[in-house]
Amino acid sequence: MSTTLRLAVRGIGAWTTGAPDWPALRGVLLGTTALAAAADAKPSAAVLPAAERRRAPASVRLAAEVAAQACAAAGVDPASLPAVFASTHGALAITDYVCTTLARAPLELSPTQFHNSVLNAPAGYWTIATGCTATSSALTAYHCTFAAGLLEAATLAVADSTPVLYATCDVAATGPLAAMAQTTRAFGAALVLDPVEAGTARLRLAPVVRADAPPALSATLDALAAHNPTTAHTLAVLQALAGRGAQTLTLPLSRGLSLHMEITP
Amino acid sequence: MPERIEPLAVTACSATSALGRGCAAQATALREARGGLRANDFSATPLECRIGRVAGLEAAPLPHALAAWECRNNRLAWLGLQPDGLLDAVERVIARHGATRVALVLGTSTASIGATEEAYRRLDHGRFPPELARPALHTPHSLTAFVAAATGIAGPTLTLSTACSSSAKVFASAERLLRLDLADAALVGGVDTLCGSVLFGFHSLQLIAPAACHPFDVDRDGISIGEAAAFAVLERVDAAPDAPRFVGYGESSDAYHMSTPDPEGRGAKAALQATLARAGLAPERVDYINLHGTATPKNDEVEAQLLARFPARTRASSTKGFTGHTLGAAGALEAVFALLALRDGVVPPNLGCRTPMPEAAPWLALAPEHRRLDVALSNSFGFGGNNACLAFARADAA
Repeated sequence: MSTTLRLAVRGIGAWTTGAPDWPALRGVLLGTTALAAAADAKPSAAVLPAAERRRAPASVRLAAEVAAQACAAAGVDPASLPAVFASTHGALAITDYVCTTLARAPLELSPTQFHNSVLNAPAGYWTIATGCTATSSALTAYHCTFAAGLLEAATLAVADSTPVLYATCDVAATGPLAAMAQTTRAFGAALVLDPVEAGTARLRLAPVVRADAPPALSATLDALAAHNPTTAHTLAVLQALAGRGAQTLTLPLSRGLSLHMEITP
Repeated sequence: MPERIEPLAVTACSATSALGRGCAAQATALREARGGLRANDFSATPLECRIGRVAGLEAAPLPHALAAWECRNNRLAWLGLQPDGLLDAVERVIARHGATRVALVLGTSTASIGATEEAYRRLDHGRFPPELARPALHTPHSLTAFVAAATGIAGPTLTLSTACSSSAKVFASAERLLRLDLADAALVGGVDTLCGSVLFGFHSLQLIAPAACHPFDVDRDGISIGEAAAFAVLERVDAAPDAPRFVGYGESSDAYHMSTPDPEGRGAKAALQATLARAGLAPERVDYINLHGTATPKNDEVEAQLLARFPARTRASSTKGFTGHTLGAAGALEAVFALLALRDGVVPPNLGCRTPMPEAAPWLALAPEHRRLDVALSNSFGFGGNNACLAFARADAA
């Protein structure tokens, strides 16, 4: 139907409560380890300078953590790496704060919370912390966010012949908004994608006419996905990357398309 | 530097802003130096400022079949899709290529957050009122999902939300999709609407001017916020050899500060250089630059430095004095203004500037200027140091 995009996966990052990095999450995905019981409440996000880390909301810490893990695993310098940050809902807790404050006392809105509320706050903090002057973007496509963001990152990598960082993160909803955005758990993952395919894990991506059923997840992964389709789709791809043999996956991309993926770990 | 790209044809475009509905209303106001800002009559809590409000939105409900998407932002999107044969152009590319071969890439910073704000004002025992309990509305993708439903576009679909560069970057994403043959045509654009978040958010940052904004004025004192919808249909040049062309873009990050531009403007310069490289143009070929020109002291100071690389025959203006800063819609709105400048041979004036900053004065058009324009740029710089620059050219450019 159209072009197949071919990419190597040079590095992977991941964070969720009880699995604070890719090796830990990989064990969970392979069924060899359980989620850690005494879990870290928040990502360390050591890549952010201390002052920024204090001001940064959970969504930014999560994105910075997984992005830094993926870059370290890939052995690439983030300073020249284009970055694509995807999220279904953005900084839900800040949206809750902003809307609550506007309903009560609009003139008391905090300037820091306001600039933290933009969907590209993770991209902003990340590029500032790493000195990245390449293009950075922030995107969403609701329940198609994972595949649409991956296609955007892959397109950028292939069109401009450059490795690209792709991160996808969602945080738990708070307040009245939680009834609309049913996300109960923070989850983030990042991939460094390289259009030079040699060596490591590989992805082949092609849009196909929409297939209805996204892949079913095991009960463990379903609990991790916590009602967030983007997290569920990310977990399905990470599980394929954690395995031994090549697999195919088809994830919803738009009203009329799915993204067909051949994944070779 | 990036390699030169094949230009794309802009086969339809439209804009709706405080200047009115459709390209004719925009072009007339720009040519007549007639601005659209008015006293803030939007926020329930008083805030002394001028706003660029689109008239009549309150009386323009969505068609019944689309009523589930009802909110101010989607109303403005729907209104913005009507003029200038835009929906006909979308129908034509769908008929020609198939709905899954048409991409939809839109930029927004507000999306329908205004509806979420309203739900919080009207909470019923801590819950959203039933008529606002529509989950797809309370997400940053609401605009694009609505436009997909309204147009039938079914190809690659994406919302870019990088604050004030959002709907400039959509042109770049669409170009890559067409270049890699992942789509044959794209509807791109941006829609942002007035809401409490942006009015009181920019107020909290002390960036809102008490009166109408004065871009590039020595006494500039902040932004005026506006709302707008702007769209363009992009196709390969062979589909419309005589249509104006999207010829280049550049994107970069400042890596400096969340809400203040890099004082040396390195990111803005990099975006500009990449744009000229992709377009294969020397700065001397640029006839008009639609500046980001927000009228904050810092933005305009940084952006004025960029002008020094252009000859004085290159004319420049910010159109924020006409429409206000339409944030996530500004990239697409000002892309349409650049296209109108090329079409009509009119440099829009930098409305609101009385005493121009000396470092910008040689390039700044303070009154409308009539002359042939072959190449126009549009700058968009956003929060988080997110920069984008676009280049357009007449099909018959020398």
